[in-house]
Order: sequence, then structure tokens, then C-alpha cells
Amino acid sequence: MIKDITIGQYLPGDSVVHRLDPRIKIILSTIYVIDLFLINSFLGYLYVAIFTALVILISKIPFKYIFKSLKPILWILIFTGVLNAFLTPGNVVAKVGPFSVTDKGLYLAAFMVIRIIFLIVGTSVLTLTTSPIALTDGIELLLNPFKKIGVPAHELAMMMTIALRFIPTLIDETDKIIKAQKARGADFESGNIINRAKNLIPILVPLFINSFRRADELALAMEARCYRGGEGRTRMKQFNINKNDYLALTVMLLFVVISILSRR
Amino acid sequence: MEYMVEVNNVYYSYRKHEQDKEHLALCGVNLKVKKGEFVVVIGHNGSGKSTLSKHINAIYLPKEGDIFVNGMNTRDISKLWEIRQTAGMVFQNPDNQIVATIVEEDVAFGPENMGIDPEEIKRRVDFALRSVKMEEYAKHAPHLLSGGQKQRVAIAGILAMKPKCIILDEPTAMLDPSGRKEVIDTIKKLNKEEGITIILITHFMEEAVDADRVVVMDDGKIVTEGTPREVFSKVELLKDLGLDVPQVTELAYELRKSGLNIRQDIITIDELVEELCRLR
Ligand SMILES: Nc1ncnc2c1ncn2[C@@H]1O[C@H](COP(=O)(O)OP(=O)(O)O)[C@@H](O)[C@H]1O
Ligand SMILES: [Mg+2]
Repeated sequence: MIKDITIGQYLPGDSVVHRLDPRIKIILSTIYVIDLFLINSFLGYLYVAIFTALVILISKIPFKYIFKSLKPILWILIFTGVLNAFLTPGNVVAKVGPFSVTDKGLYLAAFMVIRIIFLIVGTSVLTLTTSPIALTDGIELLLNPFKKIGVPAHELAMMMTIALRFIPTLIDETDKIIKAQKARGADFESGNIINRAKNLIPILVPLFINSFRRADELALAMEARCYRGGEGRTRMKQFNINKNDYLALTVMLLFVVISILSRR
Repeated sequence: MEYMVEVNNVYYSYRKHEQDKEHLALCGVNLKVKKGEFVVVIGHNGSGKSTLSKHINAIYLPKEGDIFVNGMNTRDISKLWEIRQTAGMVFQNPDNQIVATIVEEDVAFGPENMGIDPEEIKRRVDFALRSVKMEEYAKHAPHLLSGGQKQRVAIAGILAMKPKCIILDEPTAMLDPSGRKEVIDTIKKLNKEEGITIILITHFMEEAVDADRVVVMDDGKIVTEGTPREVFSKVELLKDLGLDVPQVTELAYELRKSGLNIRQDIITIDELVEELCRLR
């Protein structure tokens, strides 16, 4: 059960979108997100919908994965929608008990919900088409120029890599501990919330202790392999920006211009 | 320089302050390992094997005495990285020494740290993965591999640094028998074909039988050393130290004790068979 948790949601593939440089993909996603907040008309969001759908088609990601990524935020969407609809002052269009829905509220609710949906869909396209490793590398390379002002680019990337590397190991271990405790009669499924939380202690304590031991051994192994931080380090994988990346950037800028022109 | 590793009268204590002679983890260790030699170190838990191995990699510095790796003193800070590159180290738990999320990226970790040119790193990674027969797993996620495969990836990670010597601290302790064989075969091959000096710490006596030399440690000291035949013929001494001997040696020992007239220094099944046949 617990093993089914996956980190990231990368779907390996060989589309143009998959093959874009991770740095470019991160930049494109950032532009897309900023653009979402600049747009203020439904026509603009229609453009966004068409553009996003086209990108998804090109990336050959089945739409069901996109919808899946929206599922966890369903409640946030409903909450945002309801809150906006009821709490915005304006002309009352309907009354539900003591609360009233206003025309402005409905308008704002629709806006916010659409924005959040595209926000999630857009970033999902990034994580679905980019492996966690490529993402990490991309972030490191993008942050590199900011090293001078004290941004620990390499350290951040190394932390992300190690986290990604050890999450499956720790999940395995949690699974093992749960089974071991169950075999000794521990009950994780019944009782009220407080009892259940208490029952987690015998899982968390060994997990923490083991994690510290692992961290210790890993640090030793890394030092034995000549690790001394980012200084003087080279990378086997080299990234280079080619004409597809420039093309993608151009298309994105064009889209931004068009969508901004739709502003009211 | 004739020796790959030279350990000269080394003392080490985990205690920082008290000069408590009772608690020395290493207590006057002398060991000389020739270039290309295959040395196995045995000894029960807490006898100081891991402490010694970490000294050779300059993770620990001796409190007294000196250690030379290919002629370089481990106290010489300016040689630290060269020493670690010359004498690579493989640890017991394969899970806790693999850094990256993809096999080939992990093998590249060492050379990347050394600042080697990307093209050269690629060549080294390919070579290292081929040497441990893991080339078809280059793009796999390490956590999905078997224990033996993970340990071979760890060895490849060291190989990619082009070491002259590899120290393995109980690399097979957490593996099943087939994983153990994979790893030991790999180590032997590296010793024979690449001429890499091997220092293997183990508590599986069968792994020591093919070594050039077996070193027995107890309580921070080297109590005896010699060819596997010499060492394992001292069945009683080993038993006193709480160590096993290979199963055949044990069987031959028991047979001898119960009056059969067979040689004392049997370490392989074939030898015992031969001896038993000679009896009739
Ligand atoms: N990190 C440590 N801190 C304190 N004492 C240690 C540490 N590691 C090992 N020791 C002690 O040093 C001695 C030798 O340990 P070790 O070298 O790990 O033996 P081996 O590898 O042969 O089992 C033991 O008595 C052990 O308790
Ligand atoms: Mg040990």
C-alpha cells in the first residue's frame, strides 16, 4: 500500500516537450504562471486553454494524467470558489439562508478557480515530462549565476538529489517497520485520532534513528569518494540549448503577447 | 615503492581525552600490503577491522604511528584527495553509499568530484559498469536493484575513480548467497585482470580461501597472518578468537581429532576428497 506512493509523476517519453532542456522548461513554466496572473479576461483564458491543450497534445501525455493531478486539489477549488462567490460584495443574485451570492462574487470565483486549474495543469506538464533528476539539474544550473550573492545552488541540488534517492528507501523501511510492529500485535487501523497518532510513535522512532545512521554512513561514503562540495566539480551530463528550445521560447513569448493583448 | 599500503605501528582510540589503554580500537598495528596483492582481514565484531580500513582511506588519522598509501602519508593534508582516489572504499550497506537516483549518475559521482572532463567521465562510467557487468542497468534506479547488484554499482563507483587499491568493509554481510558470489567474483576479477590491490574485510571464511594472504585481528591487534592454508590450519587459535574456519577445514579438523590420519591444512573440498581417497 505505502509502496504505491510515487515521487514526482514523471512519465517517460520522447516527445519534443520531453526533450526540451530542463532549464528552458522551468523558465517556460515560470513565464506561463506569471502570465496566468496577468490575464484578466475570459477570452484570455480561452487562449490559455487552447495553448495548454496543444502543448499537452504535443507532449503525448494522456489527458487522464492531467485530470489525476487535479484530484488532490478538488477541495481547494471548491473552497476557493464558494468563498469568493459568497464573500465578495456586489449585486445579490441568489440567497442561501443568511448568505448571499453576488454577481461580482460569481465572476471572481470563476476566475480564481480557472487560474488555479491552469496553474496545476501547467506545472503538471512540467513534472510529467521532466525526470526529477533533470529538474534538479535544471534548478542547479539556473541558480548557478546567483552563487555570488550567496545562493547555495549546488547544495540545494545535492539535497534534492539525496532526498529523491532516499525517499523510496525510507518508504520501504517504513513498510518493514509497520509489518514488524503489526506482527507484534500493534494496531494501526482502529481507535480515535489521538490513539492512532500515538500508535505512529513506534514507527517514527526507529525510522528517525535509522535515518540518522544512514545519513552518517552516506556522508562517510561521499567523503571517501572525494566529495568536497560544489567547488571544482564537473558534471558528466552536459546540457545544451538547441533550436527546439529557442523555438519553444519564441512560441511561449508569442502566446504571452497575445494573451496580454486580451486584457481588458 | 614496493608497498601499496604500509601501516606502521598505528594506535587509535575513539576517546578524545583519556589515554585509557584499555579502550584502544587499534593497538600497534603493523601491516604491509604489496601492490596487486589480495589480502583478506578477518576478526570478530569490534576487533578494529573497520577502524583500520577507515585509516587507509584517511577518514581517520592515527593517534600514533603512520600510514602510507602508495608512498603518501595519510597525515599529509595536501595529498588527501589523491589518497582517497588511490585507495577507494566500499562499505557494508549498499543502500547508504549510493548517492544518485540513476545508476550511471552514481558511478559518475566520484570522477565528478575529482573535476574530470565530462567526456572522460562517460568513458570511465562505461568501463566501470562493464567491469562489474552492470552495463545494461546504466539507466536504472538503484533502489530497484538487488543487494548484489547495488554493491556492484558501488564497486563501479569506486572503479570509475581509477583506484590502485580497493578496501571493502564487509561488502557481502547484507547479501544473500547469490549476491555474495556476484560480489566476490567481481572483486577477484578486478584483482586478477586489472591488477587492483584488494583489502577485503569479511566474516565469511570461504571468501578468504582464495586470498594471497589472510590477516587475523583481535582486540585492535593483528594476532596472526599468512597464506589461507597457514592461517586456517590453526583451527584452535581461530576458535579461541571466536572465529570460524571454512566448513571443509572444520570437517577435516574434526576427522583428525577423532583419529583419522589426514593433513592439517585442508582448505578446499577437493583437497579433503583427495585426502580421504588416499586413506583407503
Ligand atoms: N564511532 C565510534 N565511536 C566510539 N567507538 C567506536 C566507534 N566505532 C567503533 N568503535 C569501537 O572501536 C572498536 C573497534 O570497532 P570496529 O573497528 O568497528 O570493529 P570491527 O569492524 O572489527 O567490528 C570497538 O570496540 C568499537 O566499539
Ligand atoms: Mg566493522
